[in-house]
Amino acid sequence: MKQYSVDVAVIGGGSAGLAAAIVVKKAELNVLIIERDKELGGITLQCIHNGFGLHEFKEELTGPEYVQRFINQAKELEIPAKLDTMVIEFTPDKTIYAVNKEEGLIEIKTKAIILAMGCREKTRGAINIPGFRPAGIYTAGQAQRFVNIEGYLPGRTFVILGSGDIGMIMARRLTWEGCQVKAVVEIQPYVSGLIRNEVQCLEDYGIPLITSYTITKIHGKERLKGVTISKVDRNFDRVIGSDKFIECDTLLLSVGLIPENELTREAGAEISQMGGPVVDNNLETKIDGIFACGNVLQVHDLVDLVTAEAKRAGLNAIEYIKERYSKKIGKKDQIKCIPGENVNYIKPDLINRADLSKNIIFTFRVKRPDRRLLIQLKDEKNKIVYKRKRRYVIPSEMIEIKLNLSEQQIDPESNTLEVEVIPRPEVLIEDD
Amino acid sequence: MIYDVIIIGGGVTGCNIARTLSKYNLKVCLLEKEAEIAAGTTKANSGVIHAGYASSREYIKRYLCIKGNKLYTQAAEELNFPFKRIGSFVVALEDNQIKQLEEERKKGIEDGIPGLEVILDKKKIKQMEPNLTDEVVGVLHAPTAGLASPYELTFALAENAAMNGIKFFRNHEVVKIKHQDYIFTIRTYEGEFQGRNIINAAGLHAARVSRMLGLDYFSIMPRKGEYILFDRNVFQLNKILFPIPTKVSKGILVCPTLHGNTFVGPNAQNITDREDISTTTAGLKEILDGGMKLIPNIPARSSIRNFAGLRAVPDTYDFIIDNTDVYGFINVAGILSPGLTATFAIAEKVVEFLELLGVELNVKEDYNPIRPKPERFKDFTKKELDKKIQEDPAWGRIICRCETIPEKEIINAIHAPVGANTVDGVKFRCRPGMGRCQGGFCRPRVIEILSRELNKPYVEITKRGEDTNILVGKTKDFMLKSERGGASE
Repeated sequence: MKQYSVDVAVIGGGSAGLAAAIVVKKAELNVLIIERDKELGGITLQCIHNGFGLHEFKEELTGPEYVQRFINQAKELEIPAKLDTMVIEFTPDKTIYAVNKEEGLIEIKTKAIILAMGCREKTRGAINIPGFRPAGIYTAGQAQRFVNIEGYLPGRTFVILGSGDIGMIMARRLTWEGCQVKAVVEIQPYVSGLIRNEVQCLEDYGIPLITSYTITKIHGKERLKGVTISKVDRNFDRVIGSDKFIECDTLLLSVGLIPENELTREAGAEISQMGGPVVDNNLETKIDGIFACGNVLQVHDLVDLVTAEAKRAGLNAIEYIKERYSKKIGKKDQIKCIPGENVNYIKPDLINRADLSKNIIFTFRVKRPDRRLLIQLKDEKNKIVYKRKRRYVIPSEMIEIKLNLSEQQIDPESNTLEVEVIPRPEVLIEDD
Repeated sequence: MIYDVIIIGGGVTGCNIARTLSKYNLKVCLLEKEAEIAAGTTKANSGVIHAGYASSREYIKRYLCIKGNKLYTQAAEELNFPFKRIGSFVVALEDNQIKQLEEERKKGIEDGIPGLEVILDKKKIKQMEPNLTDEVVGVLHAPTAGLASPYELTFALAENAAMNGIKFFRNHEVVKIKHQDYIFTIRTYEGEFQGRNIINAAGLHAARVSRMLGLDYFSIMPRKGEYILFDRNVFQLNKILFPIPTKVSKGILVCPTLHGNTFVGPNAQNITDREDISTTTAGLKEILDGGMKLIPNIPARSSIRNFAGLRAVPDTYDFIIDNTDVYGFINVAGILSPGLTATFAIAEKVVEFLELLGVELNVKEDYNPIRPKPERFKDFTKKELDKKIQEDPAWGRIICRCETIPEKEIINAIHAPVGANTVDGVKFRCRPGMGRCQGGFCRPRVIEILSRELNKPYVEITKRGEDTNILVGKTKDFMLKSERGGASE
């Protein structure tokens, strides 16, 4: 068995892993990227549309162009990467086991690990669509790989379930390939991806977006022949008599993404409700010295935000090695962040009391769209420590707040911090 | 060539008969209409090896089930398919059901089912199965009940049969049978086969095959059962859990699988279309509600797949295993539950019938009953794994990350006797696509490997045979065709 020893190992060589590794390498620490695919770049490689880099580079790039900049930088910095290598286990003492064709089983001893494994797509089973199980049903990302990487078409006439970003982008992509996209069907009363994608990918091509509908039956014994869509009521129950049949040979699912944390779970790190590991304000999981960033932590809207988060994880890993690793300083007293009214989840899950004087970045999503709101942070005694107005919120847009909690005069004894998104009181008064 | 025996149907019944006959000096072949074996009723089956108390004493299936259960121990050793006796509970939720459990126990013990006991000690029950509902008042515990993977069993049987010389023809649907001068001529779309004896193990289509020879004395009704499968590690059960049975079925069970998943189902719905394996909203709700009666906190959100299978229900409600009026034609039909449990006993019975027909049964000198255990990445220690990858690098390329399946296991599945030739064939043999991502990540890679190993173009790789293409063509071909005014199909 080959054995290696590095300061920091980064699991996943996509946009998150590359950015984190570059930061670590620049601090002159010994870093290694482990990537399961044949090349670096991750899922961004198959996102050949534009719209990347507006935050990070202040210019508009395609996915491969964006990630290539990081690949080039990693090459210049001579960051070693093990490609075509699958991590099969990592342990709480930060030893990684991986396999590849050339070296067999590899053992990598590390001081810190950065998790950057990304996410995977929800499937038909996860949403339990009844009907037959013919060929011709794919997740949107899988179809994207077939078309953009392998150069094959998975079908001719499409229905797309779910208005997630990949689904809408594939609707446009397939239209360009001469395919017919008959409809994008969304169970919610609103689009679930970014508004700009709704405009640029659907409206511009006349592809109908059918909201408050879902697929209630799959037809076709061998290859897909069509789907039945039905209107749903507020509780997502089917409205009797609203069924419509749409003929198609392919169904794409764009019904959500789940962080890919099987290894994290097996290593014993606590996983939160949304599928990402529980982290503190340093993006450190419940296991000392194991950090998480990018879509393995939480599903992001834009790759630029992934990059920013990954850089923070990299910096925190450096700090961990320099400040805490040798002294074996474990985690201290922590404050728990709680999602309150209309908040689906919040990251970080925990704040180290010792870090209260630092700037902390909170990211969260709302459960449902709303307008004219107040974002509030409350401590354990319901004292409001922070509030900010916001014109509108939608679940597809992640909200980010940067805060110094001691400046906000949080009660230093408070054990919790609750985030809520509530209607602005003045609106209530006006309405009354 | 004239075969001594031709078996129609490549489900667990047909393949088991094939394997049992492979012991003898006989020319035997098996015809299967689908692209893969184990593609019908066998594929969507609970996989429960019943203890045998459930069927009525008036039916032969009760006795074949009790016998078949016992035969599993040796078979699992020889054939190396996943099998485990984990025991089952029939769960009584009301006091007045206890009497029924006692009755079943008494009759079961009389008929030779070992270890049956009625447990009323709630504490003990919960200790044995902590997930069980608090409403439980008693259970019938059958320690000899177990789980087998029905399709992996069938692949093992077919592999072993093929190793011992049985010929398998897939994609061979029987359309007509002629009987003349004690020779049967079977017509398929792919050519004709001649044989002296036919074993009809055509499952849902058995009555139709039987009628090809004018034998119209039974009918087979499809009865659908729907299932929901849950992700691994979400909740794990120790026991197979049955409700109190009804007239039509053993009810909706909650059951672990040998791969660490859990499923609920099946319901029982009589239908007319023999290919209708669709699931329904009402059905999925029914089984989830049913399952929740036994395990109240089933995490519905963690389901990874729903599916349905069809039982071949004969109008006699019992197995039909007959030497028919047409000399040399044996029906093995209506093998519904507990058909999987009884399968080894059924195969033995068929051999007895062949003997009655005067077929000479001389054991082959080189008969080998052992089907070697398929090598699995997951079974290796770290040291073994390292050695394996040094020997063959294909062990080091992981194709399916949910189930940790390397390229080598897929190659082995393709090149095994009666190996996989479709994406589903690979999936059922070595599990890429069975996990929580349901093939989202590995499918393009599985297609690539199938294409390379079978030397077939990418677009000709199918999900499960004819008309189930996964890809329709190269990206630009279609555009160019449309621009030239070609048909857009």
